[in-house]
Amino acid sequence: MTPVSTRTYLRRRHGRPTAVLGAAVLALGLAACAPGSTGGEEGGTETEASDVETDVAAMGDVTLTVWDQEVRGGQDEQIEELNAAFMEQYPNVTIERDSRSFNDLRQTLRRAITGDAAPDVVQANNGRTDMGQFVQAGLLRPLDGYAEVYGWTERFPESVRALASYTEDGATFGEGHLYGLAQVGEVVGVWYSKSKLDGLGLEIPTTTEEFEAALEAARESGDLPIQFGNLDGWPGIHDFGFVQNQYVSREEIRDLGFGREGASWTSEANVTAAETFTDWVESDYFTEGFNGLGYDPAWQAFADGEGTFLVAGTWLLADLEAAMGEDLGFFLPPVGPSGEQAVTGGTGLPFAITEASENPDVAAAYIDFITSEDAMTAIADAGNLPVVDADPSAVDGAQAEVFQAWETAGEQDALVPYLDYATPDSYDLLTAQVKALGGGSTSSEEFLDALESEYTSFTSENTGG
Amino acid sequence: MADTLSRARAGRRHGGPPGEPGRIAYLYLAPALVVFALFLLFPLLRSVWLSLYEWNGLTVGTWVGLDNYTAVLTDPALRRPFLNALLLIGFFSFVPVVLGLGLAGLMARNPLRGSGFFRTVLFLPQVVALVVVGVAWQDIFAPAGQLNGLLRWVGLDSWTRAWLGDPTFALVTVGVVGTWVGTGLCVVLFLAGLAKVPRELYEAARLDGARPVREFFAVGLPALRGEIAVALTLTVVAALRTFDLVYVMIGSTGQSTRVPSYEVYDRAMLKGEVGTGVTIALLLTAVILVATVLINRLAERADS
Repeated sequence: MTPVSTRTYLRRRHGRPTAVLGAAVLALGLAACAPGSTGGEEGGTETEASDVETDVAAMGDVTLTVWDQEVRGGQDEQIEELNAAFMEQYPNVTIERDSRSFNDLRQTLRRAITGDAAPDVVQANNGRTDMGQFVQAGLLRPLDGYAEVYGWTERFPESVRALASYTEDGATFGEGHLYGLAQVGEVVGVWYSKSKLDGLGLEIPTTTEEFEAALEAARESGDLPIQFGNLDGWPGIHDFGFVQNQYVSREEIRDLGFGREGASWTSEANVTAAETFTDWVESDYFTEGFNGLGYDPAWQAFADGEGTFLVAGTWLLADLEAAMGEDLGFFLPPVGPSGEQAVTGGTGLPFAITEASENPDVAAAYIDFITSEDAMTAIADAGNLPVVDADPSAVDGAQAEVFQAWETAGEQDALVPYLDYATPDSYDLLTAQVKALGGGSTSSEEFLDALESEYTSFTSENTGG
Repeated sequence: MADTLSRARAGRRHGGPPGEPGRIAYLYLAPALVVFALFLLFPLLRSVWLSLYEWNGLTVGTWVGLDNYTAVLTDPALRRPFLNALLLIGFFSFVPVVLGLGLAGLMARNPLRGSGFFRTVLFLPQVVALVVVGVAWQDIFAPAGQLNGLLRWVGLDSWTRAWLGDPTFALVTVGVVGTWVGTGLCVVLFLAGLAKVPRELYEAARLDGARPVREFFAVGLPALRGEIAVALTLTVVAALRTFDLVYVMIGSTGQSTRVPSYEVYDRAMLKGEVGTGVTIALLLTAVILVATVLINRLAERADS
């Protein structure tokens, strides 16, 4: 006859203290194990050239999972065709393709690549917060062995390979091991209207002096010199970079862009570049209120005939050509006081092999296949710029000019990286700072000081640690 | 032992107040509890757990205890987003409530023809997806958009600017859209509240010689306390968790337009600072919780 005491009764009835206790125990239990998986060694497992198997047909039934972001018309078709051709050549291989938009891929890849069912081949964004972190976490395999066997080192120029190269600790970008191969190339140059340039009685400007004269002539004729929409922020990195290309040496831009020691944002050349950018803004060479104009409306306005020039990437080729036809032209940034051709650019997202892949040899054969000569022809046919084998004589119109620019950039070793590759916070900083500089709320000195302090604090920490 | 237990159990069932549900009640609650635990409690606990680590989402996280909280609370770069959220509360919440009170007062007093239609139109912004709303307003605020066009047309050329690209005005434009979205909700809520006020009260006020404005403050407003609390709660929460409008209309540019939800997305999803991102999310949740409790406390106190 033990009556239930009031306390026990209450506790049983409300169960509150138990629940709280339970939650606490649960929390403690959770605390015991850290989130995330151990992953691989820093830098990933290397396959020696001598261990590489290239005979895919002899590898038995294999399913290869590929995550790409080629969702746009021509590119999507091109990948589908290449996948089908690969499976036809090797009936023992089944490709499971998962294509997502760029943003979607960026946001989901992190989870996928660490999961149990990680894909074999992924398209990873080149930057530090993506590929860099994956390399550091040992989630991607270095491809140097494969590069030797498949001849990628000779086939892809150093400036292109650098954009998918990291040291094993993921700290140094642009050097070290090769972690991926891209299908397409891209440069940020000048799109122009042929009829308008003709109307001004001008040739394609090849020097900064000539280009500034053309801008002035365009303005006097009553047209907008450079169409520019910077609401999204990142176009500002391209347009500022375009000016910087003309004043600052390639080596310095590369050091700044890859976040390597030895350069300075406050160098004389960078000061002139920043001042020139504000000069152009003050001279009304850019669209009025560009900070409030979106990127898409801007290039669409250019296609509609508003503006003589548009500083933008070659990825607009298909869209602009559809709208402007034969009137569309493209040239590389003019050569300025730096005395050498420089152009911001790089590659599309590189295809990489995950550490979790059970068939890295098949994955490598696949990457070789989709970057082969035949593949490059398919890419050119789809209206894109293949990263290698871009033959200007095989195409016509603006595409030929784009191919020519890419070839020149390659021959002259003119390619410099996007400035926001430098540090994990560079993107935010640059977008905000270029907006402020263009909007007149910051001086060119403050602008450069802000970039310099981010750059120096990153490089000293990165090399020190 | 077993005997005691069963007797105790039996005793309880018989000894409880009449009509007291037995343990079977938990069975009925179980489905809801399971769903709640699975989709709310577990993620919340997991977030708390993640907030105690420095984790990039890739490798094994490092236990840092409460360091993330100290970092978030002392990071000057994070003060601005929360201040920005305060500004948005003004636009998303206070302005719509005041406007809504005025409009509802007018509409309730002068029943015009087709008031159902107007109510629907006022409520429409609530129905449209915010992403669509953002894109449409982006056009209006564009440098060559309708707003600047209107300003030029009336001769206010010097007022035109790149609204969305201007550090001073960008967030205000988002706020204006918030006001546009929120006002309809408030009007409809308040109209419903006013409809339940007995006519006699108005008549009595009128007999006492109250003019329309006084009548509204004496009769209408007190009756709307509950609705005002609901409207404030909904709109303050909407202001604090704003993400879509900022993301669509402005994107990731500059400190002047950062809001807390955007920081969460940026840190956790893009930069690989999961611990910091989750910590901001938890603090934001706490702020929202406190704000809701405060609003409802105030409404209750006014009631008694």
